[in-house]
Formats: sequence, C-alpha cells, structure tokens
Amino acid sequence: MDADLITVRDLRVSFASDAGIARVLDGVQCGIRAGEIRGLVGESGCGKTTLARAILGILPRNAARIDSGTVMFGGRNLLDLPEDRLAAEVRGREIAYIPQDPSTAFNPVFTIGTQIADLMRWKSPLARAANPPSGRARREADLARVIELLRLVQLPNPEALLRKYPHEVSGGQRQRLMIAMALLPEPKLVIADEPTTALDVTVQAQILKLLKQLARERNVAVLFTTHDLGAAYEICDRITVMYAGQEVEEAPVSEFFDRPSHPYTRKLLDSLPSAETGLRGIPGEIPRLIDPPAGCRFNPRCERASDLCRTDRPPPEPVSPGHMVRCHHRLTEFSA
Amino acid sequence: MRILVLVVNRMVWFIPTLLGLLAIVFFISHVIPADPAAFAAGENASAATIAEMRQRLGLDQPMHIQFLRYVMSIFTGDMGNSIYTGRPVVEDLLSRLPATLELTLVTVVVSTLVGVPLGVIAALRRNSWVDHALRLITIAGLAIASFWFAILLQLLFSMRLGWTPLTGRVEGWGPEPITGFYLIDSLINQDMTTLVDALHHLVLPVATLAVPAAATIVRFTRAGVLNALESSYVLYETAMGYPRWQIVWKYVLRNALIGTVTQIGLIFGILLAGAVVVEAVFDWPGLGMFAVNSILNSDYNAVMGFTLIAGTMFIVVNLLVDILQGLIDPRETR
Ligand SMILES: Nc1ncnc2c1ncn2[C@@H]1O[C@H](COP(=O)(O)OP(=O)(O)OP(=O)(O)O)[C@@H](O)[C@H]1O
Ligand code: SF4
Ligand SMILES: [Mg+2]
Repeated sequence: MDADLITVRDLRVSFASDAGIARVLDGVQCGIRAGEIRGLVGESGCGKTTLARAILGILPRNAARIDSGTVMFGGRNLLDLPEDRLAAEVRGREIAYIPQDPSTAFNPVFTIGTQIADLMRWKSPLARAANPPSGRARREADLARVIELLRLVQLPNPEALLRKYPHEVSGGQRQRLMIAMALLPEPKLVIADEPTTALDVTVQAQILKLLKQLARERNVAVLFTTHDLGAAYEICDRITVMYAGQEVEEAPVSEFFDRPSHPYTRKLLDSLPSAETGLRGIPGEIPRLIDPPAGCRFNPRCERASDLCRTDRPPPEPVSPGHMVRCHHRLTEFSA
Repeated sequence: MRILVLVVNRMVWFIPTLLGLLAIVFFISHVIPADPAAFAAGENASAATIAEMRQRLGLDQPMHIQFLRYVMSIFTGDMGNSIYTGRPVVEDLLSRLPATLELTLVTVVVSTLVGVPLGVIAALRRNSWVDHALRLITIAGLAIASFWFAILLQLLFSMRLGWTPLTGRVEGWGPEPITGFYLIDSLINQDMTTLVDALHHLVLPVATLAVPAAATIVRFTRAGVLNALESSYVLYETAMGYPRWQIVWKYVLRNALIGTVTQIGLIFGILLAGAVVVEAVFDWPGLGMFAVNSILNSDYNAVMGFTLIAGTMFIVVNLLVDILQGLIDPRETR
C-alpha cells in the first residue's frame, strides 16, 4: 500500500468537556490511494467528522487536542505544518472540502460569485502554472473555468447564478455549487462529510452520482463519510468502518458486502433492512468515550469477545489484498 | 426592489408616528402646572392682561382644539412663535440644528471608526487581557455620567493642560454660514484656520458623547463577530483555505455589522438625549440647549418644535439604518 495519497497513522484525538476528556479517535490508521473513492461509515459519534477535520487541521482549537499520530500527505506530516502554510498550500488546494449542510456553508451576505471569485483568487490552478497569466487575463480565464464547471455539475444558467445570493438557490443547487467549488482548485483529495444528509432524498442519489463521475474523470480521491451503507455501496471503491473512534475494518466494496470479517461490520450489514432508521438496529450501546472499554472498544457488545479482547486492541491483519480487519476472533467464511 | 417597499412602508408610518409623539408631548406639557400666558405677559402684568394674553395665544380653548390648531398650522410650516425669544420656532430650530447634527454625526463616525475595530479585536482575542481590558473600559464607558465626564475632560484638557478650548464651536464668529456645519462651511470657504479651530472645539464634546456610543458599538461588534466565527460558513471558508484575514475582515465583519448597524440607530437617539447635557456643559449652541431653555421657560411651542424635529431625525436615522441594513444583508431585501 505504498501508493497511498494520504496516510493517517496512530491518530489520537481527545475532546475536553465538563464531563471529562473524551478520547474520540483512538489510534486510527487509514490510507487513501490516489483517485480512490473511500467510504467512511459508522454510527453517529464514532468520529467520522473528527477524522475528516483532523486531516484538514480544522478541529475546534479550544476543545480538541491531537495526542499523537501523523497524517502524511505529499511527503510531509500535515499535523506538523503551521496554520498559515496549511491554509495556503493544503486546504482548498490539494485537499478540498464538501460540507454536510450547503445551506449554512455559504456566507449569507455575499453573492455566490464573490465567494467563488475569492476562492479562485487564492486557489486557482492557474496561479500554479509555470508562467501564470496576471491580473485581468487570469480573472477572465478563471471565470471561464468556473462557468464550465458549473455547467458540468448541471447548473442551469451559470452566469446568472453567480450574481445570486445563497438563499436564492435551492439546496440541491447549493450542493452542486459546493462540489464545483471543491473541484475548481483541482485538488488531489476531496473530503465530503455527509454531503447529502441535509438534502431531499430524491436529490441525494443525483448528487452522489455526480460527485462520483466528476471525481473519476479527474482522478480525484474522495473521503466520503456517511451513515448510509446504500450510498457507500453506490459510489465507493473501498469502505472503512469505524467504531467508537477505532477503525475496525477496511475492504473493497464487494468484499465488504460479501465477506465482512469484523463482527461489527457484520451487525451493520444485518441491520441493513431497517436502513431508513440509519444504523441504529444494533443491540447494546455505543460506549462512552470519556471512559471507553479497554482493548477492542466493541467488546461489551460483541458475542465473540474473549479476555484478550478486553485488554488488547487487535492489530490490523490482512484478509486479502486491500482487505484489513482488526479483530482477535474474526469471522471467516466458515464461521459465518 | 424591496428597499423601495421598505422606504414607502416607513413613509406611511412617518406621519402617524409623529402625530402620536406630538400628542403625547402636547398633553404632557399642558398638564404641567405652569402658565405660559402669565410668563408671556411679563412679571407685573395684571390679571386682565394675562387673560387677554391667554386668549391671544389660544390657551383659553379646550385642549383638543388647541392641539388640532397646532397640528394644522404645522402643515403650513408654522410652528408658532417662541414665547421666550418671540421669533418663529422654525427659525430658531433651523439655526440650531446644524450645530447639533455636526456634533452627533461626527460622534457617530468617530465611535464607529473606533468601536468596530476594537470590537473585532476583542472577539479575536477573546478572554485575553486585551479583551478583559476592553470589557472593563466599555462597562465604565456605559456607566459614566456624561455631565461629570464632560467636566472632568474640561478640567484636565482645557484647564490643566490647555490643549483644548473650554467651550463653544469656534473662536470668534465662525465661518460664513452656508450649511451651518462649520466643518463643511470652512472647507467650502477654504478657511483652514477655522477648520482646524472647529475641529479643536469638537474634540471634548465629541469625546464625551463618543465614549458611551463607542462602548455600545464595541460590545455589539464583539458579540456579532464571535457569533459569526462559530458559524458553518467560517468553518467552510477555513476548510477551503481562504486566508484568515479575509475571513475575519471581509466575511465575518460584514455579518457582524448587521447587528452593529441596528445599534447605531439606537445610539443616535441616545446621542440626541446626551446632547442636551453636553451642549449645556460645553456651551454648544445647538438644539439641546434650546430644548433645556424652552422647558425651563414653559415655552410650549418651542418644546413641541424640538420634539417634532428630534422625532423626525430619529425616524429618518432609523430609516437610513434600515436601508443600510438592507444593503449589507441581502436576505432582507432580495
Ligand atoms: N466540539 C466538541 N466538543 C466535545 N466533544 C465533541 C466535539 N465535537 C465532537 N465531539 C465528540 O466527538 C465524538 C465524535 O464526534 P464526530 O462528530 O466526529 O462523530 P461523527 O462520526 O461525525 O458523528 P455524526 O455521524 O453524528 O456526524 C462524539 O462523541 C462527540 O460527542
Ligand atoms: S476483537 Fe474481540 S471484541 Fe473486538 S470485535 Fe473481535 S471478537 Fe469482538
Ligand atoms: Mg459527522
């Protein structure tokens, strides 16, 4: 797996609150290859957003602390990079972001055009060209790219759209705009944190299809967090399952659904028929992250748990190429 | 487009609001147990002279008739004569309006220029010593009694240090009156000496008024900025690598100013009230002093005139605030 675009190793993040210190990410390992669409699934509160934000370096400064770990990207550890260099060189440039709720992510008091123009001012790929055009020529070339991309995300009448304010367009259109904005800087990785949860069910599928198609065409990797296994099945190449701040299984999408090796993954899949209610059909409770179970955090809910599970976190073990699981007593085809 | 609707809407309410205001002031001033007829007739007037005066002033009529008459005459631009100066109230008011407007407008500009950046800094450096110091200063600034503060400033800067003039708008006569705003008139006349002198005279009165005004602006801007900093759009802008300075001074500030601008409308009303005190201390020949004298003299027409003009200014300023807000916040207007 040396062809990874980004590699997260042993990432530990904790949140301070009045109740105590919550260890929200507990030694997360995760590599994403160039151009791959990666699903990150797990119950609410398992740390998907925290992982996404840690990669971008935008965890809430007063509450969150990174206790250990590295995020290697382009030969450097992003966690060591100072804030100003992250902002200038990484965010919105090599790693772009698509937010969960496009209706609040736009600034309400500026036109869409202003916000995109400012994005292009800092993040335009033209600025990185060997001899970048200057001033007006550059702005015109940027505008042409913007219009072209807005057409590609199937937004009608892009020129008029740029003059509108965010509240004047529909939720689906706003999310198409967000996709366009994420792709405009020609990043290598797009982090899409539940990009369709806030949208109408009817629009969700279209938006996901669009995201997949454009990412494929441009060879952009996507980290796509979701509760929705169906959506993950539709667009992902590989899926990572997280449970209570620990990644537990990582598999190509077909293996994931056909041959789950982790008891938790198995339970997720078994709960699928009631998918409308999300991933809630699993017996037991999500552990409190302030005082989590030692070893494998799933052990209080796991039928296969042994004493070992209650003391040692299982190491990652390969099942087949590209398929990794962390379980002392993993499921095999025969045990299932 | 909706701005137009808003303006028209305000205009429709303009007259009823003023009428209501006038009615309140009219009836309050007429239950005050003072007899303007006796005052106008002079100190040693006989009962007959006073009665005659009462009749001439229309004070013998029932109150609602008096009020109706008054309102009718206002529509012809006549507010009656001042019982005290004997001149038409309209003239008295108009001659004093520029002095007060100059004072309050300069104060609004100064307190905005000072208050907004300080509010942003307090928010950015939340809970730092800067923030705590600013909080202390703004609370003090709001709590301070303006007449006391004005006298303190005079004692220190005029009497002790001699840096600023004690009272008045300029030394001597002031510039050739064109608009009545000394700053503007001296600029038109290209009279730099007077301009500097007028500015010099503005320092202390403006400082007195600006302290509570700026304090209000600091607090509201700080709150607005903090609120905006926690918003999803700031998270998004940060995640997409917009430079921090642009996020703060463009994207956040514009949102935060929506609240601040509303406050400026209210501040203007406070300034008009404050001007009454400040003009008295600094011997500033504006509406505030006029109002004080009119009240002391039971000069009905003058008091009513002042009420009318102050109310009008307040309504106009709030209309301007609404328009400004519409320009800042597109959700209001589009
Ligand atoms: N600002 C914060 N302060 C304290 N705790 C936080 C904060 N943000 C997140 N957490 C905690 O971190 C844990 C992980 O949250 P996170 O948002 O990463 O989960 P998630 O997997 O994205 O959930 P969801 O599916 O609901 O979005 C939760 O237990 C949450 O309570
Ligand atoms: S490690 Fe143990 S507790 Fe955890 S999932 Fe595997 S069997 Fe269950
Ligand atoms: Mg989340």
